[in-house]
Amino acid sequence: MKILTLLKRVPDTAAKIRVAGDGKRIDPAGVEFVINPYDEIALEQALRVKEAGGGHSVAVLCLGTKDATKEIRTALAMGADEGILLIDGAGERDAAASAAALAAALSEVKPDLILCGWKAVDTDDGAVPHLLAARLGLPCVTLVTKFVLDGTALTLHREVEGAEEVVSVKLPAVVSVQKGLAEPRYTSLKGIMMAKKKTIAEKPGAAAEPKVRILALEPPPERKAGRIVGTGPEAVPALVKALSEEQKLI
Amino acid sequence: MARFKGADFLSIMETQFTEEERMVRDSVREWVEDRVIPVVDRCYQEDRFPLEWKDELAKLGALGPGLVEYGGGDLSHVCRGLIYRELERGDSGLRSFASVMNSLVMFPIRAYGTKAQQDRWLPGMIRGEKVGCFGLTEPDFGSNPGGMLTRAEKVKDGWLLNGTKRWITNGTISDVAIVFAKTAEGIRGFLVEKGTPGFSAPVIRQKWSLRASITSELILEDCLVPEDALLPGTSIGLKAPLTCLSEARYGIAWGAVGVMEACYEEAFDYVMTRRQFEDKPLASHQLVQQRLSTILTETVKAELLVLQVGRLKDLGLANHAHISMAKRNNCEWALDIARTARDMLGASGITYEYRCGRHMMNMESVKTYEGAHDVHHLILGDYITGIPAYS
Repeated sequence: MKILTLLKRVPDTAAKIRVAGDGKRIDPAGVEFVINPYDEIALEQALRVKEAGGGHSVAVLCLGTKDATKEIRTALAMGADEGILLIDGAGERDAAASAAALAAALSEVKPDLILCGWKAVDTDDGAVPHLLAARLGLPCVTLVTKFVLDGTALTLHREVEGAEEVVSVKLPAVVSVQKGLAEPRYTSLKGIMMAKKKTIAEKPGAAAEPKVRILALEPPPERKAGRIVGTGPEAVPALVKALSEEQKLI
Repeated sequence: MARFKGADFLSIMETQFTEEERMVRDSVREWVEDRVIPVVDRCYQEDRFPLEWKDELAKLGALGPGLVEYGGGDLSHVCRGLIYRELERGDSGLRSFASVMNSLVMFPIRAYGTKAQQDRWLPGMIRGEKVGCFGLTEPDFGSNPGGMLTRAEKVKDGWLLNGTKRWITNGTISDVAIVFAKTAEGIRGFLVEKGTPGFSAPVIRQKWSLRASITSELILEDCLVPEDALLPGTSIGLKAPLTCLSEARYGIAWGAVGVMEACYEEAFDYVMTRRQFEDKPLASHQLVQQRLSTILTETVKAELLVLQVGRLKDLGLANHAHISMAKRNNCEWALDIARTARDMLGASGITYEYRCGRHMMNMESVKTYEGAHDVHHLILGDYITGIPAYS
């Protein structure tokens, strides 16, 4: 079985984000980039399937700039067999435009299973898996927390409100994963050295018109400093007054 | 969690290391941040080396680097150095475990052992299933190993070993000890397996340094080992053990940089945030800035020194005197920096809530072992002048 994992290069969740001069993007200077953590979970799951035996292969596909070679190289070091980088042009991409480029590439690669994170932590859209499946005419199972592959029968557990849903799906399919499915491994040092010998194919990402455009990106307003109303039991009346009359909380 | 970025004042990481080298650094760093730093102060207080670290180090591929034919990764000497630097940023005890396994146990088995000895020990050690230790130092002979009292007598069924080794990292948890002993011809190395009658490895307690590391004695009382326990490639004399030590010292020189980085980071954060006089951060005072400046400068110098020795080693051009210079300089400065950082933290610096005190106590050992500070001066002095001054 040919498994393909989608990867997105995103700012490290711990990075301090600043808005760029155009007011529409983040300023990448000084920001550490990583594999989208949810995609990393998807990759871990793909690698576990491969390592369980049965002759499966794992490829990773990333739509991004040349800088994303670093994230693909990390995926290869973790154990993926090959990488594909769809070079993104200068144009703006929303989820629909991204899905269009990914679908165009995937219709050539024809994987048996497409795994990805349920959302990317940069834009928080969570729309690409659905849009991609729709474009490819494939079934889509989202928010998967358990993955059971028996031969070619794939059973998936998914998170739903207050319950767990168990579904089976016919391959090929698009499966998006949720936290808790599989803890990503540390990149082994041996894997890093072996990744040198693996190939990363580069292709142009298909152009597509975005349907959603970012008009402005603004940092959240700065939080006001706290106020100390007093100390000890004698401060209680002032505290009650502040909570009831000013804040209307009690 | 925000990952440690390091000061990297001269952009050494970005300009002097390859992409693979940076990935090696990142992977070990991530493991240390997640699995070591959150628990190490507790382990230190409990005088305990967590055995799960051994298994996780193996999974990471930090055991047996370079031993490709036995399952190790094809890692350069610079990559190995980066591993030690990141491990020691966690704790010197952790780095000591890896140094002993890689440089003092697997290295001599590979370099001086028979094919059978290699097949028996190396794959299991690389997988973290087997542990080894290295017994050269004795209670009465440290800097002068040639004075050792441990004897190996040739008998009908093999060798009869008698003597005591001391300050042996990993001793108590080892499946096999590499023991150096004097034979009728001179000093030779032997593989002594756990459980051999007459062999025991009691742990040394009451340490205030390297507490998250196991330090032991090796006691050999009429310990009979078979003929094939001899490491045949160890030529008679001290050349083999000193070659092993040179390997280990190389890693220690890198490790010391990790200590410097850890202490700089901690001291910097502390003096930038603590406000004491006129509501200004401690860092606004001249004496504090002078200390930060010194720590940063010495860290950068140590990093460049060990990187150049590593590059030479990868070219096959590093010699023992290069390694002695790096080991002595970097350990001396790491200890000095840890003490300075401890001082900058005031009373807070003596608690386990902060790391510099633990690093400071560890560095007292690291400065002393694998060739004490003064001995490295003599090694370099001998190399420069051609006049040995050891005795």
